[in-house]
Amino acid sequence: MNVQTRNAPVVAKANSNRLMTADGDIHPGRNPGDMAPFLEKKWQDHLATFGSRLRQAYQKGPAYPKSQPYASRRDSYPPDGGRPGSSLPFMQQQLLDPNHCVLGILNATGDNGQAFQNREFGTAMCQAMNRWLVAEWTGKEKRLKASLVVPFEDTDAAVAEIEKYAGHKDFVQILMLNRTSEPPGQKRYWKVYEAAAAAGLPIGVHAFGFGGYPVTAGGWPSYYIEDMVGHAQSCQAFLTSFLIEGVFERIPETKLVLIESGFAWAPPLAWRLDKLWRRLKEETPHLTRAPSETMRESVWFTTQPMEESPTREHVMDAIEWLGWDRLLFATDYPHWDYDDPDHVLPVPVAEATKRDFFLNNALKLYRQPMPVPAA
Amino acid sequence: MNAIPNGAIDCDLHPAAPSIKALHPYLSDHWREASVLRGMDELESIAYPSNSPLSARPDWRPAKGKPGASLDMMRQQALAPFGTRIGICNPLYGVQLLFSEDMALGFARAVNDWLAKEWLDAEPRLRGSIVVPMQNTEFAVEEIERCAADRRFVQVLLLVAGDTPLGRRHYWPIYEAAQRHGLAVGIHAGSTYRHPVTPLGWPSYYTEDYAAQASAFQSALTSLICEGVFSKFPDLKVVLLESGFTWLPAHIWRLSKFWKGLRMEIPWVDRHPMEIVRDNIRLSLQPVDGPPDASAMTRLMEHMESDELLLFSTDYPHWQFDGDAALPDGLSAELVRKITVDNPLATYSRLTERPA
Repeated sequence: MNVQTRNAPVVAKANSNRLMTADGDIHPGRNPGDMAPFLEKKWQDHLATFGSRLRQAYQKGPAYPKSQPYASRRDSYPPDGGRPGSSLPFMQQQLLDPNHCVLGILNATGDNGQAFQNREFGTAMCQAMNRWLVAEWTGKEKRLKASLVVPFEDTDAAVAEIEKYAGHKDFVQILMLNRTSEPPGQKRYWKVYEAAAAAGLPIGVHAFGFGGYPVTAGGWPSYYIEDMVGHAQSCQAFLTSFLIEGVFERIPETKLVLIESGFAWAPPLAWRLDKLWRRLKEETPHLTRAPSETMRESVWFTTQPMEESPTREHVMDAIEWLGWDRLLFATDYPHWDYDDPDHVLPVPVAEATKRDFFLNNALKLYRQPMPVPAA
Repeated sequence: MNAIPNGAIDCDLHPAAPSIKALHPYLSDHWREASVLRGMDELESIAYPSNSPLSARPDWRPAKGKPGASLDMMRQQALAPFGTRIGICNPLYGVQLLFSEDMALGFARAVNDWLAKEWLDAEPRLRGSIVVPMQNTEFAVEEIERCAADRRFVQVLLLVAGDTPLGRRHYWPIYEAAQRHGLAVGIHAGSTYRHPVTPLGWPSYYTEDYAAQASAFQSALTSLICEGVFSKFPDLKVVLLESGFTWLPAHIWRLSKFWKGLRMEIPWVDRHPMEIVRDNIRLSLQPVDGPPDASAMTRLMEHMESDELLLFSTDYPHWQFDGDAALPDGLSAELVRKITVDNPLATYSRLTERPA
């Protein structure tokens, strides 16, 4: 979603010359029955009988009702039927082609097994998701790559899934959710990160998740808007845990990508953590340098939903403080708060910077070749 | 370094109760006896481990006893060096953390009476905040009504993280009482620890606990705005104390983007969140979680979209800065004047009352 801010009309689209883009956050949709060929019969039966049972109140649907069905754009329903994002041809037509997208990262979120209370069932569902992603998406469209869905609350099972797919060209990242059941920098998760590092894969952390704790330090809020805004606070806790537990010191190859939770909060967080670290160093002797230095080298952020400042250029300061090389453009297609590449940058920026923002940063991080433009 | 103009108003001082025994004269017979018979410990929150380098500046620690417990030391260390004309006392003795609402009311009364007698009576430069038992809204309102007649109380004091988000409607009688009495609502860092300090569970390190306070403030501000507190109480001033402030612009950018997309869910929020902040939210200066260079701080001040948001504070006796460097670099002299004098006076209406 990009809303025109009040104080300065846009005279020209910031990206009107139609650069190639990489899209760091695309959601492939599933229709009822789509998973059947990929999930063992016993788990299909289990799902039918008991449901997926997350750490939340309702059997189906989110505890905070979304603003529209499937949280999706009302124009994203495939003309031949099915849910938003569930048709590859329509995704190609509506998203990949018009955005000149040459690299799209699929994040199969939703009821994907990662946060099922029954961990054995969750592992089976994660495995099914990965089979489905290859069979129905990345195997059919070479512009698309996927994040590997791993049951990260079950360390051994997550490590096994990572090792199974290590070196598979279609998976370029490990998928986690930002509401874990314990602070994610803690020791019980380290083997997952070691496996990711060994496979040369970044850890992508998408908004949502069902850790079971209130989504604010002061309890459960009332509204969907608070749940959505709250992903920035969850991600601050996620990143703080990674930095202060010393995950990057212990596993130096670790690369962390925070997806759909904003980025403008990161510089103030870094300033705060640096100040605390200097003052409280004796508590964290395992840290070898300032948290901001680690963040500057090992953490990336997808841009959607791009923060929008009342005075247009202010958000550009936040990007400068963070570093342009930290940002990965993303649309969040087909969700309602989609960011449009034509409007996402509030003011014009230099051509080379734009190319990094829309494409090169992602190609480098995900180790993908520069595509040759069609003649 | 910026000079502090004459007549600064320090909006976050922490007088410490030397011990639970010091409150005994102010407790009812019942609670005094209960505290003795039951062998109650000190009600010191884990938010400030007693010997942590953040909990008191080394040069502000007394040879014995608790930092912040001596009025004379506060005069010498906090009031005199900054030329402070008025200092607002925010006691952090952990009465809000108790589970029994009756006990919480008993101890809140004691803290307020102790503050009035031993600090406000003894030092005319000091003003107070009313500690209320958030465990029970009726009790909290009752305590506000009891203390509000004493015009030296200028604010109601809450902790940022409790049972439920601070915008929730069941707290609104507290905001109604505050507005009616011309009291600001001060929300201070700290938790009742009913929930983990992060949405991802309990972190390992104190460093994370303190870092998480800023996120707790972000969530509380979201709640206050989205629930419509300021649509209902347009004259209410909410002061975020020891919150940090450098996160504010980015947070409002995100909140306002979602407000544009989701305002049908909260139709009573009929203004841009930045406008609500400008009218109703203030933040204490310390801690300054600032950028390494002054020019970035100058830019950040522009991102705040108003020079009326910040209120001078030292956070005495907590460590937030060394020496007398209470003001960060990068502020104009005019802004310093606003932060140290004008903004606190405009926020706390009781500060400009003529003595009765």
